[in-house]
Amino acid sequence: MAKIELLGIEKTFKDETVIRNLNLTIRDGSFTVLVGPSGCGKSTTLRMIAGLEKQTAGEIRIGGTCVNDVPPGKRNVAMVFQNYALYPTMTVRGNIEFGLKNRGMPGKERQSLVHDISEIVGLAPYLDKKPQQLSGGQRQRVALARAMVKQPQVFILDEPLSNLDAKLRNQMRTELIQLHKRLGTTFVYVTHDQVEAMSMGDEIVVMDKGVIQQADIPSKLYHDPANLFTAQFIGTPAMNIIDIRDAYGLELENGEGVSYVGFRPEQALIGKSIEGFRLEGEIVTRESLGAENVYQIRSRCCTFFAKTYLEPLLTEASATVVVPYEQLYFFGPNGERRRGVRALAKRLATAGGV
Amino acid sequence: MNQANRTIGAGGAEAVIGRQTAVRASWRRIGWRRALRLCLRAANVLALLALVLVFAMPFFWMLSTSLKTLPETMIFPPEWIPSRPVWENFSTAWNTGPFLKYFVNSVVVAVGILILQMLTIVPAAYAFARYRFAGAKLLFSIVMVTLMIPAQLIFLPVYLELSALKLLNTHLGLILPFASSAFGIFLLRQAFMQVPEELLEAARLDQASEWKIIVRLMVPLAKPVLVTFTLFSFIAHWNDYFWPLVMTTNETARTLPLGIAKIREVEGVATWNVLMAGNLILVAPILVVFFFSQRHIIRAFVYNGVK
Repeated sequence: MAKIELLGIEKTFKDETVIRNLNLTIRDGSFTVLVGPSGCGKSTTLRMIAGLEKQTAGEIRIGGTCVNDVPPGKRNVAMVFQNYALYPTMTVRGNIEFGLKNRGMPGKERQSLVHDISEIVGLAPYLDKKPQQLSGGQRQRVALARAMVKQPQVFILDEPLSNLDAKLRNQMRTELIQLHKRLGTTFVYVTHDQVEAMSMGDEIVVMDKGVIQQADIPSKLYHDPANLFTAQFIGTPAMNIIDIRDAYGLELENGEGVSYVGFRPEQALIGKSIEGFRLEGEIVTRESLGAENVYQIRSRCCTFFAKTYLEPLLTEASATVVVPYEQLYFFGPNGERRRGVRALAKRLATAGGV
Repeated sequence: MNQANRTIGAGGAEAVIGRQTAVRASWRRIGWRRALRLCLRAANVLALLALVLVFAMPFFWMLSTSLKTLPETMIFPPEWIPSRPVWENFSTAWNTGPFLKYFVNSVVVAVGILILQMLTIVPAAYAFARYRFAGAKLLFSIVMVTLMIPAQLIFLPVYLELSALKLLNTHLGLILPFASSAFGIFLLRQAFMQVPEELLEAARLDQASEWKIIVRLMVPLAKPVLVTFTLFSFIAHWNDYFWPLVMTTNETARTLPLGIAKIREVEGVATWNVLMAGNLILVAPILVVFFFSQRHIIRAFVYNGVK
């Protein structure tokens, strides 16, 4: 178990700076997920922790010791790759014990360790098979077993579930969470899928263009985003954002410097007569997902999403939507969150009436 | 009503006739296609047979001649299957010179070359495929250029060099000029380049040394290519006539092809039957090696993906 500290990390590929002054502390024993759109530098960060990529500047500490000049094999980290990277010419057993052999672990000890691990991940009957003979889920387990058997201080997982089908992915997600609970080791997990991040991580680091946008627990990330990027990245559908100039009839207190107002689709209450920011518009699309319905509504100011739970699908052509004032989020011109701004419950605030 | 019925009836008959013609036409079309396909297949088989004949005929002729008496080899048209096989031709061929010595020399030289080549081309190919270092492109180009230089151009300087090192008429003198192979480096580099980078990274995280990565990971993955190269190299040096001819002046290091060539000189008459028996002795080991490795050779050229 170990804490990971990234201090002033920079990474440049040729003339392109991928990561700029990154500072991050990954708590000992946490399940930290790095999430962001592709090209945001999350995988590069992960690879630098593993030692597969050398940072241009800055310091990486694992368990308090600087590992800048420690080769990947000696950092006491284990990695699970997106495409598993199993050794194709070795059997499952060979794959799992390769690292132990290189460490010079005696045969008997190795045998019992491999045996224990393969029992845990359910691979015992397949130990003498080659990776090509296994299914995707089984290969994933071999990759996990190969990482686990080394009993590392840190587990590094680079989009390990993206090659699996949806059902298997859900199953492996649960298994990984349980595995983390059982081992109590620090997990660093990279994904571009925010749902995966939210469901697995106990700490989520949202990245964009090589800069950390927000590092927080999932619920805070969702309910208290630090900026426009996080607000729009987390949640499906994303938070609705309206330019403040289009939000007709919205009166603000301390409203200087506010450029955007946002609200979550599920906070847009349809046909409720309560006080709040009102939007009227034509329902463009209706998606019924069973328990929830998602509507795309086009009003005069913008097109936005609204979500309802456990309610019958609306058939009307248009709808009036109210967002309670306390559920509005305000952002500055550069996307930074503006706290302390209050919408005033004044007169009838109507925006975009048809 | 009646007329209407008749009209309908007539129309029905027309329809039936029309349908029949259509069926016949489609049958004709299908028949044509089938005939065409059959013809193509027959042509294909015939072409393949002709090709097999072109390659197999000389072998068969060699085998047949090696079992004939000398007068029988002169008969025209040739008698394909000798009436009474003369097995003594083989012992005659074997006894025209120190054949056991030739054979041993051939084995030592061909295997020696192969071992040295493996020791040099594997690390070289790995470095060219996987490392980025200053001058990598230039060095690789130089390696490739050596492929284009004919042996006849460099044999003299090599001869002088070996003579200065007192290596003429030694096994080492026949082995050293072929200690590496540009063709092998090229072939293996291509195979190594196809191995996904993650595999090497996983191995590095597993604390594997570079040497271990080569031996445990890269070489097993490139096995079909290595087998193919082994065969090419082995055949080339087993059959090589030119270098041993130039680099030896006595029997100490002479190889089989030189021994076979000497059969022709015996008694001033070409004893084709004995010569062919000698040739069979020469190619037999190659045939055996090829028989066991053909599966890999085909795979090296057909299956190139490492997944």
